[in-house]
Amino acid sequence: MSWESVIGLEVHVQLATNSKIFSGAPTAFGAEPNTQACVVDLGLPGVLPVLNEEAVRMAVKFGLAIGAEIHPYSVFDRKNYFYPDLPKGYQISQFEQPIVGRGSLTVHVEGCEPQQVGITRAHLEEDAGKSIHDAYAGLTGIDLNRTGTPLLEVVSEPDLRTAAEAAAYFRQLHSLVRYLKICDGNLAEGSMRCDANVSVRRVGDPELGVRAEIKNINSFRFVEMAITYEIERQIELLESGGTVARDTRLYDAERNETRSMRSKELSNDYRYFPDPDLLPIELDQSFIDAVAADLPELPEAKLKRYVAQLELSDYDAAWLTQDPEVAEFFEAVFAQAGNAKLAANWVMGELSAALNKAELSIAESPVPAATLGELLQRIADGTVSGKIAKGLFDTLWQSGGDVDTIIASEGLQQVTDSGEIQAMVDEIVAANPDQVAQFLSGKDKVFGFFVGQVMKASKGKANPAQVNELLRAALKK
Amino acid sequence: MDTDLSLAGLATGLRERSFSSVELTAALLAQIAERNPQLNAFITVTADEALQQAAAADAALAGGASSALCGIPLAYKDIFCTRGVRTTCGSRMLEEFIAPYDATATARLAAAGAVMLGKTNMDEFAMGSSNENSHFGAVANPWDDTRVPGGSSGGSACAVAAGLAPAALGTDTGGSIRQPAAFCGVSGLKPTYGRVSRYGMVAFASSLDQAGVFARSAADIATVLPHMAGFDPLDSTSSEHEDPWLDACTTQPLGTARSGRIGLPKQYFRDLGVTEASLQSACRVLEASGFELVDVSLPHVDAAIPCYYIIAGAEASTNLSRYDGVRFGHRCDNPQSLEDLYRRSRSEGFGAEVKRRILTGTYALSVGYYDAYYLKAQKIRRLIQQDFLAAFADVDLIIAPTTPDIAFKRGDLVDDPVAMYQQDIYTIPASLAGLPAMSIPCGTHRGLPLGLQLIGPHFAEKRLLETAASFQQQTDWHQQRPGQNPQAADSGSET
Repeated sequence: MSWESVIGLEVHVQLATNSKIFSGAPTAFGAEPNTQACVVDLGLPGVLPVLNEEAVRMAVKFGLAIGAEIHPYSVFDRKNYFYPDLPKGYQISQFEQPIVGRGSLTVHVEGCEPQQVGITRAHLEEDAGKSIHDAYAGLTGIDLNRTGTPLLEVVSEPDLRTAAEAAAYFRQLHSLVRYLKICDGNLAEGSMRCDANVSVRRVGDPELGVRAEIKNINSFRFVEMAITYEIERQIELLESGGTVARDTRLYDAERNETRSMRSKELSNDYRYFPDPDLLPIELDQSFIDAVAADLPELPEAKLKRYVAQLELSDYDAAWLTQDPEVAEFFEAVFAQAGNAKLAANWVMGELSAALNKAELSIAESPVPAATLGELLQRIADGTVSGKIAKGLFDTLWQSGGDVDTIIASEGLQQVTDSGEIQAMVDEIVAANPDQVAQFLSGKDKVFGFFVGQVMKASKGKANPAQVNELLRAALKK
Repeated sequence: MDTDLSLAGLATGLRERSFSSVELTAALLAQIAERNPQLNAFITVTADEALQQAAAADAALAGGASSALCGIPLAYKDIFCTRGVRTTCGSRMLEEFIAPYDATATARLAAAGAVMLGKTNMDEFAMGSSNENSHFGAVANPWDDTRVPGGSSGGSACAVAAGLAPAALGTDTGGSIRQPAAFCGVSGLKPTYGRVSRYGMVAFASSLDQAGVFARSAADIATVLPHMAGFDPLDSTSSEHEDPWLDACTTQPLGTARSGRIGLPKQYFRDLGVTEASLQSACRVLEASGFELVDVSLPHVDAAIPCYYIIAGAEASTNLSRYDGVRFGHRCDNPQSLEDLYRRSRSEGFGAEVKRRILTGTYALSVGYYDAYYLKAQKIRRLIQQDFLAAFADVDLIIAPTTPDIAFKRGDLVDDPVAMYQQDIYTIPASLAGLPAMSIPCGTHRGLPLGLQLIGPHFAEKRLLETAASFQQQTDWHQQRPGQNPQAADSGSET
């Protein structure tokens, strides 16, 4: 009998507010240790938290985007535990009454039908500081800059069945929060961190297996690798007659394995209770409506529109809508070029290759969307050939400039004057009697030779369609 | 010079240049220097700062400053954080803690020109009813130094009663202003929960803590309150309730109430014990003034003490988690591990009563006990709130004794925490309901003061203070001072 894995993810999304969730200290990443922690973040005696309304707005935005119920009444609780990077000795979180209730996300795994993944809830909480164990021999450093950074913890249902699905879900969530502009999506800086709950069971078994929780995975690839490893580990264990222990594990990317951190049985009793320093969040419908009115076109809707209206393939539409900056760039190119397929091909092909090579993001492209759009416009209207356009793209990439100006100054305009092309065709045909004879004896491949010769004579500028037409006519004479 | 004047009298003296704020402050500092070694009312006396602030106030007064508090010296319970001056909260844990910020309440008073004399003694982290739980030693009751001044704001009550400060700030979580006011024979107001910002006030039980005022009369309290009350964006639980009367208090003398219905909870008046005579005579005074006295019922107040000790303990157990020896406060010597650091820093830094509350509160929040204790206590709290709301549908105010007895002897209850907790039987219900309540002197027993407690609906401080002012027009209990042949005063007097 074969095995089935059951996976649920908890993703901590760092909200892109300017200041912290309960204080006015800035949230910028990378400052000198302990320079971005104010008296509230430090948990000094007598200080009090004050909720940042922007964090609430962002949570509501997320909830609306996943079609979730927005709870008009939600409560902050204290999660109590001692740790040196947790200044108050408790984390302010939401336990029993989260702001966002049940929703779902559509996930695309290559080669599969789109899948709805349930989201149980999403709640607001504050981040802890960082313990730095490797900077001082025998000592642990504490950096409280991150303390109080707003997090939205998004908890999925155990709806995921493969590591690839889990990674696709994480990717989709990443895409969504960037569309919503509620998170910068910078995985390397910890802006999105994922905990994966993994268990396996025999196919058809209604009971869930014992699960292990893999903590703090921060890349799409590692999510897939860690879960793949963990599934295999659990199956091997069970098949060899062992049992899976309920524990918390860490993924070691260097060794590609998960290791036990601590046993769940020994875990803290967090003694959750409502934080008496904060009022419950009470949302009125007008607030929710205002956030709804401000929602951008979401990736799933955009994908469907690209397929239905722009007649792009599912693959192209998914590729272009994954990253909101790519979609935005593509739409600007398309708006100028007027040809969606051509715009898609260039953004996904020429531009993407050049960006990858230069290790640039699309926002950093040396060729702006409008310029690329103009270039494609000149292909579409026959001013330049595709081949010339590629050379022109390189020029634009290297030294910038205006498309039409370069076409004019470099004389790149496609030759569409049929008289001029006819003269070149006649000349080539006359100069190559042997090849003409071969062609007439049925060797069709020789036709390519003639096209090449004419294009060469025109320095690549002759309109290829016209060259074909005139050559065929000339050779049949 | 005579420092035993009302705040209005002091303000007039300052404005008419009968004396300067520096002279007044110096006179009080001299009395503190003389009396504090015996009373132990102050943990920290800020003489230099006080004289500087007084000089600044004199300059402001010369420039026409209009605030009634300008140049008036006040004492602050050592629970209010004061920038640059240590804030101990009566604990070894914070023995050397100096906050880099001011509490909103004291910052507002400073902005009104008040002068800080120093920081007063208190039960550690405001946990106690006798001021015996202070790392800095017990405080004497100025009426009888073998007796306690009450707690937890014992130092502030003592300072006002002994004439070391014309008014002082305290905090009240379950009676910590009203009970020491009663024991020391002064007036004390705990405002409505949320009336005064808690920002910068070291937290004990966040849903109950409220700052208030000790003074020698209701009128004096009304002079201080408006300068510290009001919404504070730094405290989400502070109220945005607007009260034009409070603003008016800064310029007009307090009025007096002469009519209204006053409720006598039958649960309290069944057996008044030693407070019987003074409570009954207070009732007669109020009736004679024009008030109608009626019976009311608060059916759930019997459960108030256990309910309070669960909720306050639960909140305290996590509010005090930040004292871990990591960033500030007491840290043990040579910690061997993280756990050792926590264990010894907290064991050494906290006193016995604080530990008891942390333990009981932790227990009440634990998995398996949460529903039986914390949730049940919250339900009882709501029932008590409803009791009061129902009563206030019928009456304007409720009166009760403040304490079951006169101040007890130091040491009498230290070994019996439950008996100690019973001291708060009359004060805790109003705390649980978030209601304004005050204690005013209403008689003596064996020469020691007793308090009359007035409890009002939310934000009815005006009614409380004006009723108290009316009572204080008819009686002179509030004018009696320690050391004035107290035994002879027992019969009381109506003026």
